[in-house]
Amino acid sequence: MDLIQLPPDLSGPALWLPLVWAGIIALAVAMYVLLDGLDLGIGIMFTAAESENWRDRMMLSVAPVWDFNETWLILGGAGLFAVFHIAYAVLMPALYVPILVMLIALIFRGVAFEFRFKAERSKHWWDRSFHYGSLVATFAQGMVLGAFVQGFATNGRQFTGTTWDFLSPFSVMTGLALIAGYGLLGSTWLIMKTSGNLELWARRMAMRYLLATLAAMAVVSLWVPFLDTDIRQRWFDRPNLYYLLPVPLVTAVVALALWRAVHRNARYWAFLLAVALFLLGYLGLGISLFPNIVPHQVTIWEAANTPSSQMFTLIGFSFALPATLAYTVYAYWVFRGQVAEDVESSGYH
Amino acid sequence: MIDPDALMLSRIQFGFTIAFHIIFPAFTIGLASWLVILEARWLRTGNLLFKNLCRFWAKVFAVSFGLGVVSGIVMSYQFGTNWSGYAEFTGNILGPVIAYEVITAFFLEAAFLGIMLFGWEKVGNRLHFVATCAVALGTLLSSFWITAANSWMQTPAGYAIENSVAVPVDWWQIVFNPSFPNRYAHLITGMYLTTAFAIAGMSAYMLLRARRQSEAPERIAGARASLSMALWFAAIFAPVQIVLGDLQGLAVLDQQPTKLAAIEANWETQRGVPLILFAWPDQEAQENRFEIAIPYLGSVILAHDPNGEIPGLRDVPREQQPPVLPVFFSFRIMVGLGFLMVILGAWSLWLRWKGRLFDSPLFLWACFAMTPSGFAAVVFGWLTAEIGRQPWVVYGLLHRDQALSPTVEATTIAGSLAAFVVAYSIIFGAGTYYLFKLLRRGPDPVEAIEGDDVARKPKRPLSMTSEGIESRSGSRADHPAE
Ligand code: HDD
Ligand code: HEM
Ligand code: HEM
Repeated sequence: MDLIQLPPDLSGPALWLPLVWAGIIALAVAMYVLLDGLDLGIGIMFTAAESENWRDRMMLSVAPVWDFNETWLILGGAGLFAVFHIAYAVLMPALYVPILVMLIALIFRGVAFEFRFKAERSKHWWDRSFHYGSLVATFAQGMVLGAFVQGFATNGRQFTGTTWDFLSPFSVMTGLALIAGYGLLGSTWLIMKTSGNLELWARRMAMRYLLATLAAMAVVSLWVPFLDTDIRQRWFDRPNLYYLLPVPLVTAVVALALWRAVHRNARYWAFLLAVALFLLGYLGLGISLFPNIVPHQVTIWEAANTPSSQMFTLIGFSFALPATLAYTVYAYWVFRGQVAEDVESSGYH
Repeated sequence: MIDPDALMLSRIQFGFTIAFHIIFPAFTIGLASWLVILEARWLRTGNLLFKNLCRFWAKVFAVSFGLGVVSGIVMSYQFGTNWSGYAEFTGNILGPVIAYEVITAFFLEAAFLGIMLFGWEKVGNRLHFVATCAVALGTLLSSFWITAANSWMQTPAGYAIENSVAVPVDWWQIVFNPSFPNRYAHLITGMYLTTAFAIAGMSAYMLLRARRQSEAPERIAGARASLSMALWFAAIFAPVQIVLGDLQGLAVLDQQPTKLAAIEANWETQRGVPLILFAWPDQEAQENRFEIAIPYLGSVILAHDPNGEIPGLRDVPREQQPPVLPVFFSFRIMVGLGFLMVILGAWSLWLRWKGRLFDSPLFLWACFAMTPSGFAAVVFGWLTAEIGRQPWVVYGLLHRDQALSPTVEATTIAGSLAAFVVAYSIIFGAGTYYLFKLLRRGPDPVEAIEGDDVARKPKRPLSMTSEGIESRSGSRADHPAE
């Protein structure tokens, strides 16, 4: 089975526009997972932190950027609606329960950023709201991923299954896996953004999350090929096997380097390697699923909006997306450096 | 095939979550522009009063904005979860419009919000001002796109139907569809008025509190300045809004006659219709009970002609009529509030002329009582527009039965609706509570930042809002540093 299959009957914009857009949406999802993943990871670790001061610093390390990070989730949803609305119309009802659970959990996590700092006696409630909101949202996102990879019953344009189809051992597994993964992103972010005992604690936590993440990646990688013969053939038929062998090998090397970075005093490497680990997992997923946007059912070409609709959006995005990325870099740059240990004298308002 | 319970529950869920969401944009859109004005005045005059006011209202802004963001994300997924038929039918057209909103507005707001709230120390004054402007621009762009999308559903244009879904033909006509320019003007003015009355009301609250506790005049200078500025705006723009609303009515007469008939509870197409002051529209009997009306005035207002012809509801079959009762009353509530706003504006001008703007407790109480008026007018205005459009989701093209997700079960929706009601009650309750806590504290008096510039080095600089409340209540010591 070929690695890349293009539809034989299409050419011109009808052929390449969906490819470009699949790339942009893949970018949005990756940005979301990496950026909000680290916020959610911090939430997951939140109540385990030893003191109020640690929690303050953990929250401050993301307070100026969390809203921005979450916006990629909106771009993911809106982008799907804008370019692959058939996929949007199939996936959203199919994933009704986990998506609604995720949205409500994100509400509790999001308001905690403002409310926690205003509360006095009720502060511990917003600590919990932040922690459980992050935990539940992460689990729900993981289940969305698992259910997505497994696939759905459709008639090509609408979902035809039932509300609880998403629930399966595999989706529970991916839910747990994502908790470990976001924990890894969050803890390595803290290594980079904090100092002192908090940093040492973050390093210890990063170890645990790394082991859990690697175990989860191994299980998922072995499980996915058995969900579907297509995916199995894609990975294991020759010559694909030789082309794709580097993916698990590079993953192993990155994991090893990450382990060392967490142990040694490297400040930035741990986070960057955690990002690399995520991207490799993402690449593996992409190889398994391409070119389907509703796995096993609908290709990106079948789900795509009319070319004029895609083109209209692409024209705007080709200016706006680079501009957005530029001021993103600027916004992160403004808040570079570590959060002061004594939060009372940090430069934050 | 359609389960009526699932349809009804989805409608309730959508109405509930959007009505909750709109409350926050209605405030943050105006507040963002308000912050721009305050910061500009500070930069121009160097008067620290304005800087303090800016920092104070930015805290109020931060709370409202956070609630706006979390409730907004819910909206952008609901199109798919509950209304997948709608997503399929409109995706080619509304998908791009909403994607433009995300890329031009949401990212702009979100990226510069961080700098605006947390960046006072990190960037210079000018850059900070740029960030504040970017946030305000983002809110206006965001409402531009979303209102364009909503207006297209009211008055679709620039499309063709292919394979029973709508496809774009002319993007200019899609975005600038017939009802859009008017609706956008009426909406933005409404949101600015909402903010003006909210600021006036909250400032009046601070002044009334200060009166009772006889606080020193410097402590209330900020509240006075806010009250005065907000009332200037209200006095000028409340009458403007009535004119814009009148134009909107003319447009509805032209574009959606059935909706207009429901707004006026007019059953029979006729000339010289009366203006109904009160009635109880009875949809079963297709007539009004307990009607009190002024002859001819209806035609005068709606068509600007005493003999103007006004369409009647009975022109369309029963099942294509919108529910008349909620449309009729929502509209009257909005208009009633609009006139109250004009009266309060005129009163403020009178007091100003007498030089007693801050001294009349009765007036301050009236301002305080009007705090929620704009929110209510916005929500009821929107209810008029949206319920009056029923049973169409896209006017004349997509019936609500076809818009619903076909497979999601009523019990599931009931569950999610209940979860939203509980979650929103909790966060709305907490948000209001923290807002009032901020107001009780009020803006910092000017002398606090002269000399050693306390505002630049707050004692407990945790979040936007931390400094204000905590340093005063003295509960800071309970978290020892590491
Ligand atoms: C006329 C104004 C208006 C209207 C009718 C709506 N919104 Fe809204 N929305 C805004 C004006 C706004 C805003 C001013 O841009 C907000 C309010 C507070 C905020 O954070 O940004 C916002 C926030 C906001 C967010 C979070 C953005 C962020 O992270 O910055 C989303 C995803 C949506 N909205 C989506 C929607 C959808 C899908 C709507 C329709 C069903 C909708 N909004 C109606
Ligand atoms: C912000 C103010 C808004 C308010 C208060 C509002 C209110 C409502 C209400 C009350 C309903 C239910 C009507 C009924 O079923 O009787 C509704 C339906 C709906 N609205 Fe809006 N709406 C707003 C903005 C928007 C926008 C901006 C869009 C789209 C871009 C939109 C799209 C829809 C859709 C898809 C439905 C569901 C179908 C239907 O029942 O008609 N709404 N809205
Ligand atoms: C007093 C005079 C007013 C008149 C005559 C008036 C008229 C109207 C009309 C006819 C509509 C229905 C538009 C439609 O169905 O498409 C409407 C909608 C609306 N009104 Fe008003 N209005 C008035 C005051 C206000 C005030 C004071 C506010 C807010 C502060 C407000 C906010 C809104 C909103 C948010 C909508 C829904 C969006 C829209 O369809 O434009 N209105 N108004």
